[in-house]
Amino acid sequence: MKVPALLDSLEYGPAPESASLAAQWLDDRKRTLGHFIGGKFVAGSGHFDSVNPATGKAIARVAQATTAEVGAAVAAARRAFGKWSKTPGHERAKVLYAIARQVQKNARLLAVLETLDNGKPIRESRDIDVPLVARHFYHHAGWAQLAATEFAGHGPVGVVGQIIPWNFPLLMLAWKIAPAIAMGNTVVLKPAEFTSVTAIAFAELCVAAGVPPGVVNIITGDGKVGAAIVEHPGVDKIAFTGSTDVGRILRNATAGSGKKLSLELGGKSPFVVFEDADLDSAVEGVVDAIWFNQGQVCCAGSRLLVQESVHDRFVRKLRDRMEKLRVGDPLDKAVDIGAIVAPVQLKRIKELVAKGVEEGAKLWQPSWACPRDGCFYPPTLFTNVSPAATIAQVEIFGPVLVAMAFRTPAEAIQLANNTRFGLAASVWTENVNLALDYARKIKAGTVWINSTNLFDAAAGFGGYRESGFGREGGREGIWEYVKREPSGKAPALKKVKPLKGAPAIDRTAKLFVGGKQARPDSGYSLVVHDAQGRPMGEVGDGNRKDIRNAVEAAHAAESWGFATAHNRAQILYYVAENLSVRAEEFARRIERMTGREGRVEVDAAVSRLFTYAAWADKFDGAVHSVPLRGLTIATIEPVGVIGLACPEEFPLLGFVSLVAPAIALGNTVVAVPSEKHPLAATDLTQVLETSDLPPGVVNIVTGKKDALARVLAGHDDVEGVWCFGTNEGAKAVEAASAGNMKRTWCEWGAKRNWLDRADGEGPEFLRAATQTKNIWTPSGE
Amino acid sequence: MATTLKPHGSPIAPSAALPRNPGMPLDMREVARIRVNRSAVERRAATLGTRRTVKKDWQAAWLVQAVRVIDLTTLQGDDTPANVKRLCAKARQPVRRDLLDAMDLGGRGITTGAVCVYHNLVATAVEALRGSAVPVAAVSTGFPAAQTPMDLKIEEIRRSVIAGAAEIDVVISREHVLGEDWKGLYDEVRAFREACGASHMKVILAVGELGNLRHVAQASHVAMQAGADFIKTSTGKEAVNATLANGLVMVRAIRDYFQETGHKVGFKPAGGIRAAKQALEWLILMKEELGEEWMQPHLFRIGASALLTDIERQLSHFVTGEYAAAHQLPMV
Repeated sequence: MKVPALLDSLEYGPAPESASLAAQWLDDRKRTLGHFIGGKFVAGSGHFDSVNPATGKAIARVAQATTAEVGAAVAAARRAFGKWSKTPGHERAKVLYAIARQVQKNARLLAVLETLDNGKPIRESRDIDVPLVARHFYHHAGWAQLAATEFAGHGPVGVVGQIIPWNFPLLMLAWKIAPAIAMGNTVVLKPAEFTSVTAIAFAELCVAAGVPPGVVNIITGDGKVGAAIVEHPGVDKIAFTGSTDVGRILRNATAGSGKKLSLELGGKSPFVVFEDADLDSAVEGVVDAIWFNQGQVCCAGSRLLVQESVHDRFVRKLRDRMEKLRVGDPLDKAVDIGAIVAPVQLKRIKELVAKGVEEGAKLWQPSWACPRDGCFYPPTLFTNVSPAATIAQVEIFGPVLVAMAFRTPAEAIQLANNTRFGLAASVWTENVNLALDYARKIKAGTVWINSTNLFDAAAGFGGYRESGFGREGGREGIWEYVKREPSGKAPALKKVKPLKGAPAIDRTAKLFVGGKQARPDSGYSLVVHDAQGRPMGEVGDGNRKDIRNAVEAAHAAESWGFATAHNRAQILYYVAENLSVRAEEFARRIERMTGREGRVEVDAAVSRLFTYAAWADKFDGAVHSVPLRGLTIATIEPVGVIGLACPEEFPLLGFVSLVAPAIALGNTVVAVPSEKHPLAATDLTQVLETSDLPPGVVNIVTGKKDALARVLAGHDDVEGVWCFGTNEGAKAVEAASAGNMKRTWCEWGAKRNWLDRADGEGPEFLRAATQTKNIWTPSGE
Repeated sequence: MATTLKPHGSPIAPSAALPRNPGMPLDMREVARIRVNRSAVERRAATLGTRRTVKKDWQAAWLVQAVRVIDLTTLQGDDTPANVKRLCAKARQPVRRDLLDAMDLGGRGITTGAVCVYHNLVATAVEALRGSAVPVAAVSTGFPAAQTPMDLKIEEIRRSVIAGAAEIDVVISREHVLGEDWKGLYDEVRAFREACGASHMKVILAVGELGNLRHVAQASHVAMQAGADFIKTSTGKEAVNATLANGLVMVRAIRDYFQETGHKVGFKPAGGIRAAKQALEWLILMKEELGEEWMQPHLFRIGASALLTDIERQLSHFVTGEYAAAHQLPMV
């Protein structure tokens, strides 16, 4: 009997969760898992070991898919798509609901398997991952039910290839599969090679839940399998969560393919503690920010920014708390930090920590030692870190926190935003003014006020900047899995006769940069021809320096984003008013350039300006219904500087159709007008100049459209590019955009009827012009 | 992995004979800088019991420890010597002897931390506990509402001290906190402490009536500055009594005070703690936030009565492998 000794020590003893049922489950499958294709479990042709990182022992053999198996999975998904996409929303909702129930009924098995395979503490897989998986399917059962009414005019994208990481194997699977199948898509999902076991367990639940064969397909294997999915011509969309490096490869690989792409990538998220924060609670926040899941979290609060006045006190408190953390057997219910997923990750963490020490940062780790066997790493704090240090810039993806002091809220914003990433941020202050102001200014898709790492299916999650694009969860996440059904074809416009006696050459239009007419850097002009092929004017032949100047001017005008929506609307109305005064002149000009009637286009452009003036103060955010006492605010923010390559077919209306939604919501733009008919846009500069539009909000660079769009796409200080042109142009834009992972929107092949209001304007444009930031604001005094 | 909390600045050697908290001048700067975020505190409190657990022999040891820190309490209008004597007997022998023997604890002299009664029953309890190490605690100062004249509060303390109460559980005037009159609160508690003399003073904050958690933290600091030996959550008579969230705020204040001054102040949650599992959660709170020393009776008490029955039941299950009927365990 050891009670007397334990009464003296009052230690925590071992508290292991039993793995016997999970072991039985694996044994029943002879510890060998295949693929799930077309509703059937298919034995793999080759296998590799899936290892429990806490013990280093293999728990199962997982199949390595061949290209043929990838093809079979895509084919199965394609076959299933026809029926599933037409299955009524209510029927799809029932299937998702059944999946949610299956997850709940098998919750403990899933949690234990996840912990065995991944090394995360059983508390997290049991209390966080698996309940969120069920929650995601419940929530999206609802979207399936409402799809026809809430997303009228939209249909599924098709076959979706989904590639997920090893840090939240089941949860990322749920984030991917639930919205996809809710909206009528079918999926081919590849789990990470380190952690495939629960995906196959999930496949079995799909069978039990009555998911029709082929709607969900799961194939396992390494990165080559992922590449095969991405390159497969039968895949309509790729959804990826993982590293920014791989995201960049996918952006290049899918460029010009027409495949829709959503990327949820890396982060180096700031955790900001102001002097008036509840410091003890903020310390617990740090624990949940960087020591949750061993720090292997894309949105981990890995950069601690503390106001100088409380810095030392906070660091003392944090160290005391770190002494209390428990690292060890992930199946132990009283363990805080489990195993790092694999030796290769552990090696990377150790290398980066060594780099941190080498670069002069001060390392601190608790006095206790980690278990020797298995992949473990202690919680680690670096102080005296400069923003230039490697460990301050690179995503470590481990339990390593870097701390910096700041003096003022302004400096805290600068430091927080001094990163390529923009996934999340956590802000601690008891001052509501400071908290909300900070939340507005930080570049991140999710901001947690006095909290951290809160997730829910009803709130979108996703990044700014190089943390990727697209959202997962909530209404905003649904848009990634639907596409607009096009509405009709363009009407035939009446041909018009050329004007008699028009002068052969009239005037040379300049570029429009920073509110001024500017000569092109090249010193060359391009001749513009009329419908009969006769020269009718010249425009500047813009080059990369002109683009550079225009981007600078657009950035200088960023205060436009903070102007009131009412103010932006007034200016758009004023532009419309001034254009309408000169409607006949613009109509004649269009007729000369295009040889067809022009007035209908001018009138449509005036109406379109009215549309976006109207939307300016109506494209609202939302308050999401997440399980939180407080408000989770989905706020709509401009993308920033957007490059616009305008459609050829409607020289004025096409230009207005892109520029107006972008600036209505606070972006500033660099627009490249129709290459063939640029004069409508250059004429418009005079209208813009007389309509109180601040200089730099709209910049126009004429010239060779594809080449200029490519320059815009490669410019790292441009946050978005819309390219309405050729497939080759789109491909170059999408590939070049990978540099800073800018948001691109490319269309080619004249799909759109610009004269039609359903086709040529509306929320689709406004969504492209904005990104959603979710601000979690717990309340209660 | 066990660690001891150290005061920041000059380390203080741990001493067996714990010096009492002498208090300090009222420090308004400390009180003014206090911030507490309710949502964050509640999140931490809600996961204390999911991040830590004790099983099997460890759980049995912790439950025995919980018994050792119980202030076995009766505070009813119909208390008489009969039920108070019974309570004292239970305090001397809180767990059935055969169960303690089975755990090799028969020789440990396991008792509860104290017996807690109203002034009128102090003498009875002192008499009933004579020869044991169990102290008698008296609730005082117009318990539970504290709406009596100050001179009578002082007199009540004095009478209980004279009657033999080694511990006095005083209750503060909520008005001082709600009006943020920290000087008023400080002076009140200081006067209580003087009246207590050699008896240890537990200061009841009545957290359920303080409006918000910031007030709970501020009142904790002022009470400690004024010389509290313990700070205690509640009388058990308020609508909200000992919650882990309130407790968390108070133990964090104790930690801050210790790290600033080197003085160790005890903590006593009271009211609503009925289940063995709750007692374990409170012990986890103390271990996590303050360390093992604060799990001992000189720095930790739980004010409760029915709790003991549930713990004894769990211990019986640990020893025998079966659940006991209530009538098989001696009643409180």
